[in-house]
Amino acid sequence: MKLRVVAAVHAARLATFVSRRLLGRGGTALPGLVAERVAPGALAGLGGQLERTVLVTGTNGKTTTARILAAILAADGKAVVANREGSNLTRGMVSALVAEAGWRGRIAAAETTIGVFEADEASLPAAAAALQPAAIVFTNLFRDQLDRYGEVDTVAGFWRRAIAMVPDDCVLILNADDPSVAELATVRDLPVRWFGIDDLRSGGERGAFDARWCGACGTDFSYDHRFFGHIGHWRCRGCGRERPTPGTSALRVSDGEDGLSVEVQGLGIVETGLRGQYNAWNTLAAIAAGEVLGASAAALRKGPATIGPVFGRQESFAIGSKTLRLYLVKNPAGANQVVQLLGRTDEDDGFAFFLNDRFADGQDVSWTWDVDFELLAGRGGRVWAGGDRGADAALRLHYAGLGVEPVLPPQPAEALRTLLEAMDEGLTLHAIVTYTALLELRRELARQGLAKSTLD
Amino acid sequence: MAHLYPDVMNIYGDRGNIIALRHRCELRGIDSEVVEVNAGDPFDPAEFDLVVIGGGQDREQRRIADDLLTRGPSLKAAVEDGLPVLAVCGGFQLFGHRYVGLDGETIPGIGIFDMETRHPGVEADRCIGDVVLATEFGAIVGFENHGGRTYLGSGQEPFGTVVHGRGNNNGADSSEGARYRNAIGTYLHGSVLPKNPALADGLIEMALKRRYGDDFELAPHDDAAEQAAHASAVARAKSREGDRGLGRGPLAAGRRLRAKLRDLAGR
Repeated sequence: MKLRVVAAVHAARLATFVSRRLLGRGGTALPGLVAERVAPGALAGLGGQLERTVLVTGTNGKTTTARILAAILAADGKAVVANREGSNLTRGMVSALVAEAGWRGRIAAAETTIGVFEADEASLPAAAAALQPAAIVFTNLFRDQLDRYGEVDTVAGFWRRAIAMVPDDCVLILNADDPSVAELATVRDLPVRWFGIDDLRSGGERGAFDARWCGACGTDFSYDHRFFGHIGHWRCRGCGRERPTPGTSALRVSDGEDGLSVEVQGLGIVETGLRGQYNAWNTLAAIAAGEVLGASAAALRKGPATIGPVFGRQESFAIGSKTLRLYLVKNPAGANQVVQLLGRTDEDDGFAFFLNDRFADGQDVSWTWDVDFELLAGRGGRVWAGGDRGADAALRLHYAGLGVEPVLPPQPAEALRTLLEAMDEGLTLHAIVTYTALLELRRELARQGLAKSTLD
Repeated sequence: MAHLYPDVMNIYGDRGNIIALRHRCELRGIDSEVVEVNAGDPFDPAEFDLVVIGGGQDREQRRIADDLLTRGPSLKAAVEDGLPVLAVCGGFQLFGHRYVGLDGETIPGIGIFDMETRHPGVEADRCIGDVVLATEFGAIVGFENHGGRTYLGSGQEPFGTVVHGRGNNNGADSSEGARYRNAIGTYLHGSVLPKNPALADGLIEMALKRRYGDDFELAPHDDAAEQAAHASAVARAKSREGDRGLGRGPLAAGRRLRAKLRDLAGR
C-alpha cells in the first residue's frame, strides 16, 4: 500500500467526519474528491485490492443495472462494494472504497469482494484505467445532455478509449439491440457477452433516431424489427454486419402492474418489481454480467426479484389516499419510454412534468421537443407543469395538445402543496422529473414528513 | 412546408419548430401540410411556401451535404423569389459557402447566405448557453451549442445582434445568424419557434404574403403560454451571464463557487 494512498484514506475519512458531524450533510462525493486530491492514484490503490470489478455505463439504465447486478452477487453470497447513484464520477467510486477501508488503507476481505461501479460516460476511461475491470457493461447510447458532452460521437470516443485500456481478458457486455453499442465489439479483440430481446411483440415507434447508418461502411441500417429509436433487430445491407445473436436473450417480456416478468433463455422466468420494457434490457444486462462472473442460476433469478423501484425510478409515495409516483428522466429516449408507460396507466390519473435546467439536468431544454408527449393527449386526468423552467414545460405540453393547469410555483414546497390540494382523493399523480427537480421534491417530501419513500 | 432531412438533421429538438408552425397555422384556421424531404427524395422548392432545416453533428452534416448541393440552385432561385426559410445551427452553416470542420475538411454549402463557418480547433471552447438576440422580430431567445465560428460577408445582414450569449462569435462583431430576403439562418434552438411566436408568425406571414399578396395579415393571438416561456428563457440567460461575469480574484472565486453550488441542486 502506497503511503500516499493511506494518507488519502485518512484525509477522506476526516472529510466525511467534518461534512457529516459538523455540517450535517451526507455528501457522497466529498471524501472521494479529497482522497483524489491527496493521492491521484487513490482509485487504483483502493480498487486494485478487490477480487474483481465490473463497470456499468451507458446513457440510460446505469443505476438500475448496477443495482440489479449487486443484488445478483449478494444473492450469490458475494460481498459487494458499489457507488451510490449520482456519484458516478471516479470520486464517487473512491468515496465508496474509502468507506470500506481500514486505517492502513486496506479494504476488509478485499480479495473476496466484487466492485460494481456505475460510471458516467465521460469518466469511463479514467475508471477503466485505474480499476482494470473484469467486465464492462454498456447499456445503450442515446443523445443526452449535449450541452455537456458536445455530440453523441464524443461519448462513443470516450468508450473506445476506455476499451483500449482494459486487460486482455476483460469481457465486454454489450446490448445486441443497440447498433452503436454493438460497434464497440470491433474496437479490440476482447471476449464479448451479448444481451438482447427476442420477443417481438412490442415496438414500431418512431422517436429520435441516433444511429442511422453503419459506422463501418456508411450504409443506412435496415431493421427486421424496431423496438424504439435505433434499438431493434438491425442489419447493414452494405457490409453485412447484423445484430449478433445474444447469449443472454429474453424470449418473452411481460410488463404487468407489479413489475416485469422476463423469460430468459436457459434460465426461465425472472421477475422484478421494475416496470417498463426498458427495464427488461437493464435486467438482461445485469444477468449477462452475473453469468460472466459465474453467479449461480438461482442467484440470477433471485437478484432481480429483490429489486423494487430505484431512487427516483418509479418511486412511489403514499400520501393519505393519494399516491405520488416519481419518474426520473434525463433525455428524450428515456422520457419517451416513460411516456409510453404512462400511456398505459389509469385514464383519470394526473400527470406532471417538472423541468429544471441546472448543470446536472442539462441546461438546454430543447430535448423536451423530442419527447412524444402527444401520446398523452386525450387522457382524462389533469396535467401540471413545474420546475425552474415550468413555463417551458407547460408550453411543450400545451403544444402537445394537453390542457395544462396554471404553472406550479418554482419553490418545491409550494409546488407540492398546490399539487396535493388540487388532486382528487384516491388518484395517482405520475410526475416526470429531471434530476435536480427529483432531489428537491424528495427532500421536500422527507422534510414535511408527508411520506416515507418506499426506499427509505 | 418542407422539412429537410428530418431524420438526420434533428439533433436539438428541431421537430419543435415544425410543431410550432403547424400549431400557429391551426390557431388561425390555416391548413398546413408538412412534407419530409430526405436525401434522394424528389423536391422542388418552388412548390413550397416554407422550408425548414434543422441541426446535426459534423458527421450528419457530411452525410447530407452532397444531396443538399444538388438542391442548391433550385433553393437559391426560390429564396430569390421570396421563399421563407428557417435554417437552424448545422443547417444554417450549410446555407453559407462552406463549413471548415475540426479536421480541416471543407464541406461545401449552397451559398444562400454570403458567409463561411470555421471550426477553431479542439482547444477552443464550444459556444454553449442561453442566448438573447435583438432582431426585427423583437427579442428572440434560444440556446446555442456549436463549435464553428461564422464569418459574414461584408454585405451580409445578420439575423440579429447578441444581447446575451455568443452568436456567430467571429471576434469581429456581435452578430448572430444571417438573413437574406425571407431566408433566416440562426444558431438558436430551444426549440426556437415555440417560445418566439413573433418569429413563427413572421415566417407564416411571409409565406402567406408571398402567395396571397401584401395586404395579408395574421390574426393576433393570446400568447400567454408562449410569452411565459420566452420570459423564463430571458431570465435564465441574464442570470447565467451574471454567473459568468463574476470577475477575477480571490473574492470572485468564492462568488463563482457559490453560484456553482447554487446550481448544483441547491445543496
